[in-house]
Amino acid sequence: MIVLSTVVFFVGLVGVVIRRNLITMLMGIELMLNAVNINFVAFNHYLFPHRLEGHFFALIVMAIAAAEAAIAIALIINIYRQFGTVRVDDVDELKY
Amino acid sequence: MDLSYTLFILVLPLTLFLFIGLLGGKMRSIHSGILGTTGLTIITILSYVTAYLYFSQPSGDSYKAVEAFQFVWLQFTEELVIHLGILLDPLSVMMLVVITTVSLMVHIYSLGYMKGEVGFSRYYAFLSLFTFSMLGLVVATNIFQMYIFWELVGVSSYLLIGFYYERPSAVAAAKKAFIVTRFADVGFLIGILLLSFYTNTFDFNLLTDLNGPAIAQPTTAVFMGLSVTTWAMLLIFMGGAGKSAMFPLHIWLPDAMEGPTPVSALIHAATMVVAGVYLIARLFPVYALTSPDSLEVIAYVGSFTSLFAAVIACTQLDIKRVLAFSTLSQIGYMMVALGVSGYGGEAGLGYMAALFHLFTHAFFKALLFLGAGSVIHAVHSNLMTDMGGLKKYMPITHITFLIACITIAGIPPFSGFFSKDEILVAAFEHNKLIFGVQWVVAGITAFYMFRLYFNVFWNRTPEYHHAPHESPFTMTLPLIILAGLSMVTGFVPFHELVTSDGKPFDTEFHWMIAVPSVLVAVAGIGVAAVLYYKKNPRPETLAKSMASLYDWSFHKFYIDEVYLFMTRTVIFQYVSRPVAWFDRHIVDGTMNLIGNSTVYFSQAIKKMQSGHVQGYIWYFTSGVLLLALLMLYLN
Repeated sequence: MIVLSTVVFFVGLVGVVIRRNLITMLMGIELMLNAVNINFVAFNHYLFPHRLEGHFFALIVMAIAAAEAAIAIALIINIYRQFGTVRVDDVDELKY
Repeated sequence: MDLSYTLFILVLPLTLFLFIGLLGGKMRSIHSGILGTTGLTIITILSYVTAYLYFSQPSGDSYKAVEAFQFVWLQFTEELVIHLGILLDPLSVMMLVVITTVSLMVHIYSLGYMKGEVGFSRYYAFLSLFTFSMLGLVVATNIFQMYIFWELVGVSSYLLIGFYYERPSAVAAAKKAFIVTRFADVGFLIGILLLSFYTNTFDFNLLTDLNGPAIAQPTTAVFMGLSVTTWAMLLIFMGGAGKSAMFPLHIWLPDAMEGPTPVSALIHAATMVVAGVYLIARLFPVYALTSPDSLEVIAYVGSFTSLFAAVIACTQLDIKRVLAFSTLSQIGYMMVALGVSGYGGEAGLGYMAALFHLFTHAFFKALLFLGAGSVIHAVHSNLMTDMGGLKKYMPITHITFLIACITIAGIPPFSGFFSKDEILVAAFEHNKLIFGVQWVVAGITAFYMFRLYFNVFWNRTPEYHHAPHESPFTMTLPLIILAGLSMVTGFVPFHELVTSDGKPFDTEFHWMIAVPSVLVAVAGIGVAAVLYYKKNPRPETLAKSMASLYDWSFHKFYIDEVYLFMTRTVIFQYVSRPVAWFDRHIVDGTMNLIGNSTVYFSQAIKKMQSGHVQGYIWYFTSGVLLLALLMLYLN
C-alpha cells in the first residue's frame, strides 16, 4: 500500500512539474491528494486498527479536493479568457 | 498675604509674544507697539505692587523667601523633581522692578525709534519674549527653571541682535553671541548637574539654606586638588561669565551692538548681561560658605575685566561700543563686589553693594544707551567722528546724557556714586590690590565717558547733511524718567532691603574712600575736558606718544584675533577635520557598506522570481526533500 501511494504521489508530482497544460497539472495535484488518502487509510489500518480518524480524514480530503477542483477549474477558465491559452509557460506576468 | 497673582506677571508677556508674533502681520504695526507697551505697563504696575507688598511686611527682623506659586513640572523619581514656580525674595523682587522699569522705558522709546522700520511687530513680539524670559529667570524657584529661562533669554537676545538680518554683520554678531554664551552654558549645565548630584536638590531655598544639604553637609569629594563643590561653583560661574561677558568670554558683547539701540539698552546693558551677577547672588550663600576659593576667582576675573574693558573703551570710536565696554567694566565692578563679600550682616556689604550697583547701573546705563540711540537717530551714524556740537540741536538728550555721564563717573549726589562707593569700601576691607585697580578704573571710567560726552555734544561741529533735530516725545520721555531715576536711586536704603541674609544692617559713610574716588573721577573728567572740550591736536599727539598701547587698546587687545586663530587654525584644522573625516569615511562608510551590499545581493537573486509556477514548485519540492534528507541524516 505504501509503495502504491509513493508511486502515485511521484507520478502526480512529475505530472505537475513537467506538464505544461494547466488541466493536466490539476490532474497531477489530484493524484497527489489521492496518494495522501491512500497513506492515511493504510497507516490507520496498520497502526491503529481500532480507531477511525485516518478514514475520516481521507473523507475530508476528498471533500476538500472536490472544492479545490471546482475553484481550480474556475481559475483555469478565467486564465483562458484572459490570455487565450492554458499553457502555464505563457502565464508569467507576476514576476520581478 | 497672597502673592499668587504674580503668575500674571509671567503669563501676560508670553501671551503678548504669542499674540503679536502670530497676528502681528495682520494688524497695523503701530497697534502691535501700543499693545506691547500697554501690556508692559500693566506688568510694571504689578511688579511695583508686589515690591511694595513684599517690602512693607518684613516677617520678624528679616525678609523671608516666599514661594508665591509652584507646581511639579517633571517628576523623574521620588527625589528628583523639577518644579516651575515663582520665588519672591528681596533679590528677585528688586530684579522685577528693574526689569519691568527698563523694559517699559525701552518699549515706549522704541515707539519713536523704530517707527517705520520693517518688522516693527516682530520687534515688539521679540521684546515681549525677552521680557517674559528675563522675568521667568529672576523668579525661578530652582536652578533648573533658571537654566530653561537662561536659554530662552539667550534665544531672544540672538533674535534681537540679528533683528536686521539682511545685514551680514548683524547675522554674524547674533551667531557669535549665541555660540559664545552657549559654550559658557555647557559649563553652567555641568555645574548644575554636579551640584544637584551631590545635594539631591535643584531648589534654591534648600541650596541656600544654612542647614541644607549644600552648606551644612558639603561633599568631601575632591577632584584635582579642589573640592567638587568648588568645581561646581566655578562651572556655574562660567555660565554667569558667559552671559555677563566677563573676560575671556566677553567677545560677543561689543558685536552685539549690531542690534537696534533700544535692544542694546534693554538686553545688553541693563538686564540680560547682569544675569551672571544675579546668578552668583542667587547662590551666594553656597559660594561664600562652602567655596571661598571660587569667590576669589570671581573677584579677580571681575577686577581684570573692569580694567581691561575700561582701557579699551578709551580708544573706541563707535559710541555704542564705548558704552558696551563700559558695561563690561561696570559688570566687572559688580563681580568684584560679590567676590570680596562675606556672608551675613556687615560682612555682606559687598553683596549688597553689587546688587545696589546692578540696580543703579541698570537705570543710568539704559539712559546712556537710549541717549546714544537718540543721537544716532538724529545723525544717522554710530561714529563719534561724525558728531560734535550737538548740544544746541538736542537739548533734552544733552542734559539727560550729561546726567548719565556724571552718574556713571561717580560724582555725588547721583546714584552711581553711592553704589560704586560701597563697592570700593567692600574691596578696601578685603583686598588692597583689587581696591587699587577699581580706584584706577573709576578714574578711567570718568575719562572715557566724558571723552564720549565732549566728542558728541561739544567739540567741533561737522558738516551735517541736514540739521540734527531733537527726538520725538516718545523718545525723550523715557530719557527724562530714567535721568530722574539715575539721580534719586542712590538714596534707596539698600542695606535695609537687599542683604545677603535678608537682615538689614547699618552702613557708615567712609570719607577715606569717598573723597579719593570722587577726586579720581574729577581728574578723569578734567583730562577728558582738556583733550576733547574743543577741537585740538592734543589727543593725536597723546595717541602717538603711546602708540603701542593705543594700538592694542584700539584693537581690543587682539582678543578677537586670538579667538579666530584658536578656532580657525587650531580647532578647525586639527580637531574638526579629522573628526569630519572619521565621520564621513568610517561611520558613514560602514552604513553605506551594509546598504550597498544588500542592494547588490538582491539584484543578484531577483531572477529567481520568474513568474513560472512550475519553477516555484520545483524549488519548493526540492527544499522539502532536502529538509527531509537532512532530518533523516541527523536522526
